[in-house]
Amino acid sequence: MTDATAPSLPRKSKSLLAEDDRTKKRNAAEKRFKYYGIAAISVGLVFLVILVATILREGTPAFTRTAVTVDFVLTQEQFDEAESAVLKTAAYTRLFSQFVADQAEEKGVATDLTDEDRAEIAAGLERIMGKIGSDIRVHYRENPDDVGSPVRFNLAAASRVDAYLNNGQSRDGFVSSRFLEEQDLDLIDAMVEIDMIGSDWDRTFFFGSDSGVDNPGGAGIGVAVVGSFFMMIVVLVLSLPISVAASIYLEEFAPKNRFTDLIEVNISNLAAVPSIVFGILGLAVFIQFMHLPQSAPLVGGLVLTLMTLPTIIISTRASLKSVPPSIRDAALGVGASKMQTVFHHVLPLAAPGILTGTIIGLAQALGETAPLLLIGMVGFVARAYPDTFVGGFTEANSVMPAQIYTWASRADPGFYEKAWGGIIILLVFLLTMNIIAIILRRRFERRW
Amino acid sequence: MYDIPTLQGATVDSKEIKFKCRDCQVYYGDNHAIKDVSCDLQDKTVTAFIGPSGCGKSTFLRCLNRMNDTIDVARVTGDFMLDGENIYDKKVDPVQLRAKVGMVFQKPNPFPKSIYDNVAYGPRIHGLAKNKAELDEIVEKALRRGAIWDEVKDRLDSSGTGLSGGQQQRLCIARAVATEPEVLLMDEPCSALDPIATAQVEELIDELRENYSVVIVTHSMQQAARVSQKTAFFHLGNLVEFGDTGQIFTNPSDPRTESYITGRIG
Repeated sequence: MTDATAPSLPRKSKSLLAEDDRTKKRNAAEKRFKYYGIAAISVGLVFLVILVATILREGTPAFTRTAVTVDFVLTQEQFDEAESAVLKTAAYTRLFSQFVADQAEEKGVATDLTDEDRAEIAAGLERIMGKIGSDIRVHYRENPDDVGSPVRFNLAAASRVDAYLNNGQSRDGFVSSRFLEEQDLDLIDAMVEIDMIGSDWDRTFFFGSDSGVDNPGGAGIGVAVVGSFFMMIVVLVLSLPISVAASIYLEEFAPKNRFTDLIEVNISNLAAVPSIVFGILGLAVFIQFMHLPQSAPLVGGLVLTLMTLPTIIISTRASLKSVPPSIRDAALGVGASKMQTVFHHVLPLAAPGILTGTIIGLAQALGETAPLLLIGMVGFVARAYPDTFVGGFTEANSVMPAQIYTWASRADPGFYEKAWGGIIILLVFLLTMNIIAIILRRRFERRW
Repeated sequence: MYDIPTLQGATVDSKEIKFKCRDCQVYYGDNHAIKDVSCDLQDKTVTAFIGPSGCGKSTFLRCLNRMNDTIDVARVTGDFMLDGENIYDKKVDPVQLRAKVGMVFQKPNPFPKSIYDNVAYGPRIHGLAKNKAELDEIVEKALRRGAIWDEVKDRLDSSGTGLSGGQQQRLCIARAVATEPEVLLMDEPCSALDPIATAQVEELIDELRENYSVVIVTHSMQQAARVSQKTAFFHLGNLVEFGDTGQIFTNPSDPRTESYITGRIG
């Protein structure tokens, strides 16, 4: 029964077919909001497209290199002659450049070469290809049977040649330097014409190690990938069990009191601590106090474990919380102990969430550079693959993001290209990890 | 205020007393949820707990297999004697107790595993079967007792969560009886079920009475009248009246009981 005894207000009769002012306003606001959202997403997408396009455009040249390919034939007499010469590599260089000149004449790009021209070609070839003589000599000393038959030599050209051919540097703007002179460009053009110079897949970039600052062509990311791999093993092996155990304790066993609340708050805070702080902690504790080897993936892994722990703990606790309490009741009700309940029922149901959180935490660690700066994994040259499995953890090495950082800070433009290429490789690894996370979640997700 | 009604109950028939509860108090933090409850629960009998929402009947039920232990703020005092042993004694392991006092919950909660594994889980963790053949036998027996064997015998490997609500609840009952408990606690087992499934479960409860002491919490007075031999009426944390079901429903001695069963308070 209503208490309102006052007469109801007179009603204005309104048509449902016409929008009144308030409705119009509300509808307009709703529409505007929708467009804001679409605009925000579009801006994001545009930036993403620009980013990916730039990375691909700048980075893909790093995957190829300019190489000189020559089917060289060394006769027995030439071999003996070169080996008995005083300057043996110079002899090989001379023989090789003679061969290139003969080839050029044969294919008709040059005619009537004088001895002077030939000397010029020899000098030019050295500028284009570096020390050819020693490479060739090493090959014949190791494979003496190859003397007399054609051998395909695939030798890297200097990065300047690469820049001249690929980056569209014009001849007009070209300044002669001690690296490359004006007449060398003619030689390069001639060699391109007879297919002696061409692009091929740069194996050095994928499998090689870092090189000195003056040799971008010889730099590769392979060793850094291995360094990242060993570092990630350390992170995974340490952070997954520790954080899952910590989460299970906090979520299922710990009493709810001030102390556990404090721990909880601090874990959330740790997730927001800048990573470089973990770096300096690692420097102080692991290197200065515990005297672990500098620049080693082991130390990098320890530091990144500290950084990853809060991330994994938070996601693990969230997925433990999302397991319905009825499952716990059911297990306890048939007489399972607390631990059996957790390990037989709760943990398997939370597993997809835990795995996803772990992989995302690892991906974050894989891309981290700042803390590694402080423990010496950045800015030095990682030259060799580790000899043993244990060595992989303890020998000085670099990791992918650190290697990219090092390359990006070097002066030679060849390294700039390498840095972009390294970023592509890093992104491929990160994408793979995220895809694995998605697949695992889809696969193991269960409904109840 | 009123006589301890359990003594009346004890004189009506001479069935063995399974649970003897005296001066039981439960606190949730500062909230005194169960006040001075004393009652005797008989073996091979269905005892129904009725009362309005929040009256403490579920709380009291959960005390009987120490499920309240999982709630941090809950505190339980008083004597809960199961066959003469106090289940809140320091030496009692709640895990062993829960094998002896099984429980079925309000919402069917099968594990997201196969039907077979659902039933076999309890016997496995308690080591009731020496080998696979014995375990198979236990599972079949439990499913038969849960009156669901015929419906699932051809698909023991399919998931327990894929069954209908009523089937799930009977599966949960089968799971509870698989560990050979002596007492079976049921917390509103039919509240999530449709009338047909409810009828099946009620029939099952009546059959279970032959082997177990069954305690059931229910909101439905008709259900209490149908399935139970003894009824306890809780109100605001007090056990108001406890006695033979027929007597409670036809001739309640306390005015509060009368107003509840006639629908005046609730």
